[in-house]
Amino acid sequence: MSAEEKTPNKKPEKIGVYVCHCGSNIAGIVDVENVAKWAGEELAHKGVVIARDYKFMCSSLGQELIEKDIKEFGLDGVVVAACSPHLHEKTFRTATEKAGLNPYMCELVSIREQVSWVHTDKVAATEKSKAILSGGVHRVLYDEPLQEMKVPINPNTLVVGGGIAGIQAALEIANAGFHVYLVEREPSIGGHMAQFDKTFPTLDCSACILTPRMVEAGTHPNITLLTWSEVESVSGYVGNFNATIRKKARYVNEDLCTGCAVCIEKCPKKIIDDIYEAGLGYRKVVYTPFAQAVPKYPVIDRENCTYFQKGTCKACEKFCPTDAIDFNQEDELFNIEIGNIILATGYDLFDARKVTNYGYGRLANVFNSLEFERLSNAAGPTNGNIVLRDGKTTPKTVGIIHCVGSRDRNFNNYCSTICCMQSLKFAHLVKERTGAEVYEFYIDMRTAAKSYDEFYQRVLEEGTLMVRGKVAEVTDAARQPHEEGKLIIQVEDTFAGKQRRIPVDMVILSNGMEPRSDAKETAKKFGISCSADSWFIEKHPKLDPVSTMTEGVMIAGCASGPKDIPTSVAQGAAAAARVLDKILQKEVALEPIRATVDEIKCSGCRICNNLCPFNAISFIDDLAVTRINPALCQGCGTCVAACPAGAISGTGFSNEQILAQIDGLLMVA
Amino acid sequence: MSEKFEPTIIGFTCNWCSYRAADLAGTARVKYPPNVRLVRLMCSGRMDPTFVMKALAGGADGVMITGCHPGECHYIDQNYKALRRFLLLRRTLAGLGIEPGRVKLVWASAAEGVHLAAEITKLVEEIRALGPLDWPTWNGHEEHQPEPALEVTA
Amino acid sequence: MSKPKFAMYWAASCGGCEIAVLNTHEKILDVDANFDVVFWPVAMDAKYKDVEAMEDKSILLTLWNGGIRTEENEHLAHLLRRKSQILVAFGSCATEGCIPGLANLSSVEDIFATAYHTVSTVNPENIHPQPVYQAPEGELTIPAMKPILKTLAQVVDVDYYMPGCPPESHQIAAVIDLVIQVVQGNAQLPPKGAVIGAGNSTVCDECKRKRDVKHITAFHRIQEVAPLDPELCILEQGVPCNGPATRSGCNARCPSVGAQCIGCYGPADGVLDYGARLITSFASVIDATEPEEIERILDGIPDPTGQFYRFNLADSLLRASTKAWKK
Repeated sequence: MSAEEKTPNKKPEKIGVYVCHCGSNIAGIVDVENVAKWAGEELAHKGVVIARDYKFMCSSLGQELIEKDIKEFGLDGVVVAACSPHLHEKTFRTATEKAGLNPYMCELVSIREQVSWVHTDKVAATEKSKAILSGGVHRVLYDEPLQEMKVPINPNTLVVGGGIAGIQAALEIANAGFHVYLVEREPSIGGHMAQFDKTFPTLDCSACILTPRMVEAGTHPNITLLTWSEVESVSGYVGNFNATIRKKARYVNEDLCTGCAVCIEKCPKKIIDDIYEAGLGYRKVVYTPFAQAVPKYPVIDRENCTYFQKGTCKACEKFCPTDAIDFNQEDELFNIEIGNIILATGYDLFDARKVTNYGYGRLANVFNSLEFERLSNAAGPTNGNIVLRDGKTTPKTVGIIHCVGSRDRNFNNYCSTICCMQSLKFAHLVKERTGAEVYEFYIDMRTAAKSYDEFYQRVLEEGTLMVRGKVAEVTDAARQPHEEGKLIIQVEDTFAGKQRRIPVDMVILSNGMEPRSDAKETAKKFGISCSADSWFIEKHPKLDPVSTMTEGVMIAGCASGPKDIPTSVAQGAAAAARVLDKILQKEVALEPIRATVDEIKCSGCRICNNLCPFNAISFIDDLAVTRINPALCQGCGTCVAACPAGAISGTGFSNEQILAQIDGLLMVA
Repeated sequence: MSEKFEPTIIGFTCNWCSYRAADLAGTARVKYPPNVRLVRLMCSGRMDPTFVMKALAGGADGVMITGCHPGECHYIDQNYKALRRFLLLRRTLAGLGIEPGRVKLVWASAAEGVHLAAEITKLVEEIRALGPLDWPTWNGHEEHQPEPALEVTA
Repeated sequence: MSKPKFAMYWAASCGGCEIAVLNTHEKILDVDANFDVVFWPVAMDAKYKDVEAMEDKSILLTLWNGGIRTEENEHLAHLLRRKSQILVAFGSCATEGCIPGLANLSSVEDIFATAYHTVSTVNPENIHPQPVYQAPEGELTIPAMKPILKTLAQVVDVDYYMPGCPPESHQIAAVIDLVIQVVQGNAQLPPKGAVIGAGNSTVCDECKRKRDVKHITAFHRIQEVAPLDPELCILEQGVPCNGPATRSGCNARCPSVGAQCIGCYGPADGVLDYGARLITSFASVIDATEPEEIERILDGIPDPTGQFYRFNLADSLLRASTKAWKK
């Protein structure tokens, strides 16, 4: 409290209590009429003037009950005992507001999720419900009529990740007329989709459907494309973020480069391309990741460049017709201001070497899914020929193994969603290109989206052999003459009811998806949460899949969990719609749960100063007191609890409210 | 016929993880004993030792403090403050004769409804074994216990 | 016109508050000049029956020093409350229990056992106090020990609180001046229940040491790291200083001479439990995240109950150890 006096709010004196039956969800276990009657009698001395029970409080009739009572009895506090506040707190607060009472004078306490659904003893459940209701009534006496704080929204958006989800999101917002910064850490946008050959179920050429979008994003007047760049740090809050971007040095001057690629042609050094070509092909040290890269500017790989390592060569500089090579270029750090952020950072592939019994990395002709995509791709290292590791032999038999690293408690428990369709696609491509005999080894066949099952049927009709069983081992240890020189797949064929050893020339592992290896750091950087296995967490798994619990930060695509391309595209568009919704409202209302320092009580001890991860707390040197920025404060209450002088108060969850609630909870034996 | 002692436990949950875990236990209809009464806070970092003392002095036999797993706090790292306060509080309460087992810290993510229910079930039994705390209410002029009889040893 | 009446009484205390009053030096003459001192055991002779004979509310101002430990203390508390218009809980014993309040960590039996039956006491007949004794001459009674020590406000209605062990003499002088001004009609009394003779913030507000953000990696006993840097915050040097949670008013007396604040001025305004504020603030700024490391750092405060409740135990939320009341 600085110069203004805070007039103490009048404590509510007329409280309305509403106990919901929720059909039989609550009433089946809790004697709701008894609870309401009890409240009317035993809590009358606390100010309860009306106590009702009703079948469905969240219905319009239920809400009208509250509105009518507020007007008729002049209620200045409302307590509803029903379901979880996460479901209907807003519903009842809206009803309260409609009747002219500040919505923050309404409390919702849960006697469903926390009582009727989890306890079987009806007597104990009824008593506990009384205690919980009592806690709510005691608390409401200290509720304050809070006002939401409105802050303006910056119409710019930051999209992190230039894969298909990120590109979709960026295009939607840009087409609506608002500016987007699209940040991608690789030299080109496109993501994993740029590496695939064909996409299921249509067998569209991946690059053919992706590249037009890439070009659109690269040339859109409303999109600032920042490739070979990363977000260093983010601060701020919804509508008002500030991000520091590091644009890594390409050693190519983008203003002068025409994309002619002479530098790439003349570069004398080739190295194995671990990223784009999955280790199957080469690239030059100055390179663009693939021919259709957007933007077209190449990048010099400093670690492998002869000039940077030994001071010689400089062939690229010599031959560049526009003098665009600049070995002295440095990383650029700059700030951008945005109102919203969409994280579309994608996934990493599960490292199949971990499944040692499948021999990936040890047995030459075991391939993982990305390697196969590159083999199959006409622009890949084998020009689209599906051949063994020797680069020339066409396989006659191929085994495709599902669920490598997925649905496996030893590695990842979850299903990676796309591997069944991907494996069927591989089967089709192998058959088409080589005529080889193809086996699929699966646990379940998951082909659940539009046209997916039809694709499965097609692959069946093509003659792919399906074996239901989890492969125990891929080995080159032959036991019989016909197994010599082959890879033997040892599997329990659960339908046939016996063990089988199937010799094949080539094994393709459908290894699953994993979160990015740095997902946890990314989540921390943007202030969102990760699950225990590092996928970004959505606000609600069913009803809010693209928001996070941090206002202003959205997620889209595989960053929140394995999904296919249509779902990623839909999520990118959904996240964009959310952002546009906010931008068009021009301002955002911040929940009034925040902390304030009483500057008279504050002694300047500075104990709270390093407790805020949102940088809302600062020390005012000349006054020797601490001050909290209400717009940055996220309302966690940590500083309120920490202050040794009791000089920090928190609205919405004040000491008075919580202590009163504890009293109320303990009122019932 | 002695009645089984039913402890009363106050539980503090954080809005984003452990309260949602409690909700999830409800949605999944996981059953657990009714002895814990929850207080919802925005974050385990809001946990003030005053609340624990108020609960114990006010009739609770035990207190459960819950929050997001370290590294997963919705407010980044505030649950570490809760952890440190809990450890120092437990030591201080021991000096007042309150058994360390009466105040417990449990981490639970929003997906861990079953885990939270199991922890509650475990805690209820642990506090049952410790017996009632029955902290006296010394309200002004009231006495909780009659005076100890002083004996002459002469 | 007769002068308004003044009383000062000592219950379970050490006598330091009376010394502090004397330390106001010439101010004591103002007391004599402006008041009729009717009851002040340390300064004048009077009997309880004299107090009982006074009219109710006839004493304008009573300064009560000391905690309520025995039936005698309790009796006088009620008596002086009846006889006084303004009753001030004077000093830490009366406001929060102070050092005598630490006896709440033991039962009365244990206290007597230590006082009367341990090696340093010569007690060959194993006698210890009893409230009633049948002597050949008749029944003798002495006031009994109550199970725990209570503060004045836990027993009677209190008008004002003056914290401190003892309250600083300059603060006592200021209060005396204020009351004289009130009596002369030149000033208003503060609202009932106010803390007087103290500041509105905590000790850090008056402390001249330089403060920064805190990253505690160890706690030390002061003798382990003395002498301290005289310019820097004591807590930042790893010595647990209770200043951040202790009410201001003493001019940061102890930190200004190189000693950590031990908290004798009690909690800041509106605080329900003083010790809880220290627990929460110290713990929040410990620079560790692993439980083992945190416990290692906390080992640097070997007696947290003593560190955090030295003066305030009797007024805390829990007030006493289970040893004091659990059978």
